[in-house]
Amino acid sequence: MGIAVEGARKRFGDFQALDDVSIDVPDGSLTALLGPSGSGKSTLLRAIAGLEALDAGQVAINGRDATATPAQKREVGFVFQHYAAFKHMTVFGNVAFGLKIRKWAKPQIGDRVHELLRLVQLDGLAERYPDQLSGGQRQRMALARALAVEPQVLLLDEPFGALDAKVRKDLRTWLRRLHDEMHVTTIFVTHDQEEAMDVAEQLVVMNEGRVEQSGSADDLYDHPANEFVMSFVGEVNRLGEHFVRPHDMTVLLDPDEGSEQAMVQRIVALGFEVRVEFVLADGTEVWAQVTRAELQKLELREGQIVHLRAGQRKSFSVAA
Amino acid sequence: MTAKWGLRGLAFGYLGLLLLAPVAMIFYKTFEHGLGPPVDAMTSPDALHAIWLTLLMVAVAVPLNTVFGVGCALLLVRHRWSGNAVIDGIINLPFAISPIVIGLSLYLLYGTGGWFGPTLSEWGVKVLFSTPGMILASIFVSLPFVVRETVPVLQEIGTEQEQAASTLGASAWQTFWRVTLPAIRWGVAYGVVLTTARVLGEFGAVTIVSGSISGQTETLPLFVARAFENFDEQGAYAGAIVLALLALTTLLLMSVGGRKAKASGGSTPVGPGEVAISMSSAKEVS
Amino acid sequence: MEGHPATISTAPPRAGLRLPGVGAGLGRGLVGLYLSLIVLLPLAAVLDESLSGGLGAFWDSVSGAQSVAALKLTVISSLIVVAINAFFGTIIAWVLVRDELPGKGAVNALIDLPFALPTIVAGLTLLTLYGAESPIGLDIAFTRVAIVVALCFVTLPFVTRAVQPLLMEMDREMEDAATSLGAGGFTVFRRIIFPNLLPGILAGVLLAFARALGEYGSLILISGNIPFKTEVSSVFIRSQIESGDVSGAAAVSVVLLAISLALLVAVSLFARRGARK
Repeated sequence: MGIAVEGARKRFGDFQALDDVSIDVPDGSLTALLGPSGSGKSTLLRAIAGLEALDAGQVAINGRDATATPAQKREVGFVFQHYAAFKHMTVFGNVAFGLKIRKWAKPQIGDRVHELLRLVQLDGLAERYPDQLSGGQRQRMALARALAVEPQVLLLDEPFGALDAKVRKDLRTWLRRLHDEMHVTTIFVTHDQEEAMDVAEQLVVMNEGRVEQSGSADDLYDHPANEFVMSFVGEVNRLGEHFVRPHDMTVLLDPDEGSEQAMVQRIVALGFEVRVEFVLADGTEVWAQVTRAELQKLELREGQIVHLRAGQRKSFSVAA
Repeated sequence: MTAKWGLRGLAFGYLGLLLLAPVAMIFYKTFEHGLGPPVDAMTSPDALHAIWLTLLMVAVAVPLNTVFGVGCALLLVRHRWSGNAVIDGIINLPFAISPIVIGLSLYLLYGTGGWFGPTLSEWGVKVLFSTPGMILASIFVSLPFVVRETVPVLQEIGTEQEQAASTLGASAWQTFWRVTLPAIRWGVAYGVVLTTARVLGEFGAVTIVSGSISGQTETLPLFVARAFENFDEQGAYAGAIVLALLALTTLLLMSVGGRKAKASGGSTPVGPGEVAISMSSAKEVS
Repeated sequence: MEGHPATISTAPPRAGLRLPGVGAGLGRGLVGLYLSLIVLLPLAAVLDESLSGGLGAFWDSVSGAQSVAALKLTVISSLIVVAINAFFGTIIAWVLVRDELPGKGAVNALIDLPFALPTIVAGLTLLTLYGAESPIGLDIAFTRVAIVVALCFVTLPFVTRAVQPLLMEMDREMEDAATSLGAGGFTVFRRIIFPNLLPGILAGVLLAFARALGEYGSLILISGNIPFKTEVSSVFIRSQIESGDVSGAAAVSVVLLAISLALLVAVSLFARRGARK
């Protein structure tokens, strides 16, 4: 059950947006499609919704092949980055839209709309127009609108992208709690790895129209499949063939087995964490993440020669 | 700042001499001898028929061009096609063609020697020197307005609301009726006002096509011309006043409509004399 | 603006809005049918009729003395008129945009009067003030001046409306920069403002010219329609129709059409280039 995409391909002119993409989204889960601009994540989301037609491949929703079904009939709730609010209708009218289409009776519509507005904490604003709401309120309205018709699947396309950082963080938490309550299979698209790791149970990392890796946040962080995933989900130092996370670099005052000589270039304190930039004997620049306590203990100064030992190194065989 | 007053003087002087004074003059001339003569002139059978016929032109041509205009705008904006530039060009043609030539073209097509003329008269359908021909002329001259006003508004609102409606289960028709049309209504309304004004004022084409048979195929503008040529000054002025009042109403509606269109989030609508960025160039820009 | 994926795609999604009730193909068919019936077939009939006697007859009709006189008068009058309206139109646009006056809104609305007023009424109003019964004793009826005045009336808005948006959009800082570098008022206008307005002025001029070429209603009462003296091409074409020389009328029409179409194409090329900027 849930959502299954098999072998999806989509081309826009010369640009291959999706290149043989297959994913599995378990029923009731909260999945993030994560990747940089142009990775195909939005295209994939829209293909699942039926807003894009695939050149090849299949989309199955809750076990049934939906590839040929038009968007109108797929029963997916879709939330757009820029809200797509019906500007000429009130908040009530927006949320009630899907129900009116389905010819619900007026009293039932009223009950359901108010129930949803309470859920998204917009009760009392039913008679306002979208341009009288803040960005965060508009997005909550869009969510209520999508949920009103009890969709099988909820799809969100960079839902918090147009909002301020603080509002974004609040809505993130709120979305997770909503999902905990409602258990609708949910997929959302984001380019922000912190957001994805904070909210989602499963992450699908995409790049250039292909899936690089999918798994939980821990899987991706600790066992990245390749350099792209490793550098996308966290900071990375490159040491020849190996990749090391900055917090896996140990700074020693005396040489030790497997350590390398390095000179301290710059020390930047960022709140609790401290970023120390080094240059190695061969000119490679790396940086290590240390705590303030460690910094004080080591008494590091710019220009000082120290020794770095990499903890967990990862290397990836070059793909054929 | 003499420059400022100099410019103002030139501007208002020109406008005054060219626009205001003549219009004021005709109001004066019409009501020079009181309300009686113009009202009499306008209630004569010929005049009443002319008014009625003019309104009939509006009642037929405007809805047809509105439906065509909205549909065509949807087609041009929502469906990319290489032929769109051609469609756009044809739609702008009525702006470049003399009304006399338009009249001639219908005269030729539906006349006794024309391609449609003989067949239609066999079926008993009279186009020339009769109402259908005049309606065709009215449609021709007022064709572009609704399309030109609707296209930029459609471009501006974007497709996201329509996509949202689709995911919520709305069919294409429901989406159009409940989401698209309300969003573009001010642009369409402005276009309707321009179309109506154009149909009301059409003269040259209708002259040729109608044969100007008084009491039968005379619209109000034709009535005014014939009255003047027959030295019926009161009739001519009275008719002119009616048309002028309609024109001023149009100006008012244009001004109000333009403000409403701007307020509802669009830009000022394309005026009848403006260079509308055609679909093709808009395509290249986006 | 649309939350659309990958920057490169500009194709609208297939779902979302098909033409209500019909597909794009059928829609195009209907549009094509309507346009053919209303516009294309009638115009084709004109072309067909103009050539019905062969190219020789076409040339004869077009090069006849009266026809040439009418065309000359039409073109020259239109040129004079667009020059006048380029000048005054720009000034009016300037006053409307840059000057602060009470009642500006009303004046702005008034500019559209020539569009809203039926041409026959326009001619009549000019005649009452500047014709035989003129209260100020200025009688220009039946003269070429009358033609110029009437054409000025009907083409008044074109340049103003083309220049206004350019003026409104113009970055004032350019003028400030020029002033700070020592340029006086007129120099600023000549070197900074005017070049930026030129595309609008030219576009307005082209549209006004196309309009003036074909004008009929405002001229028939005031110009007197005297052949070789005050008869413009549209009036000439009408008289040809009435005297039965339909092919001759069609031939001259084709010439007028060709000029107007060339102007339309020029204007749309302008708009394209303006949009690219």
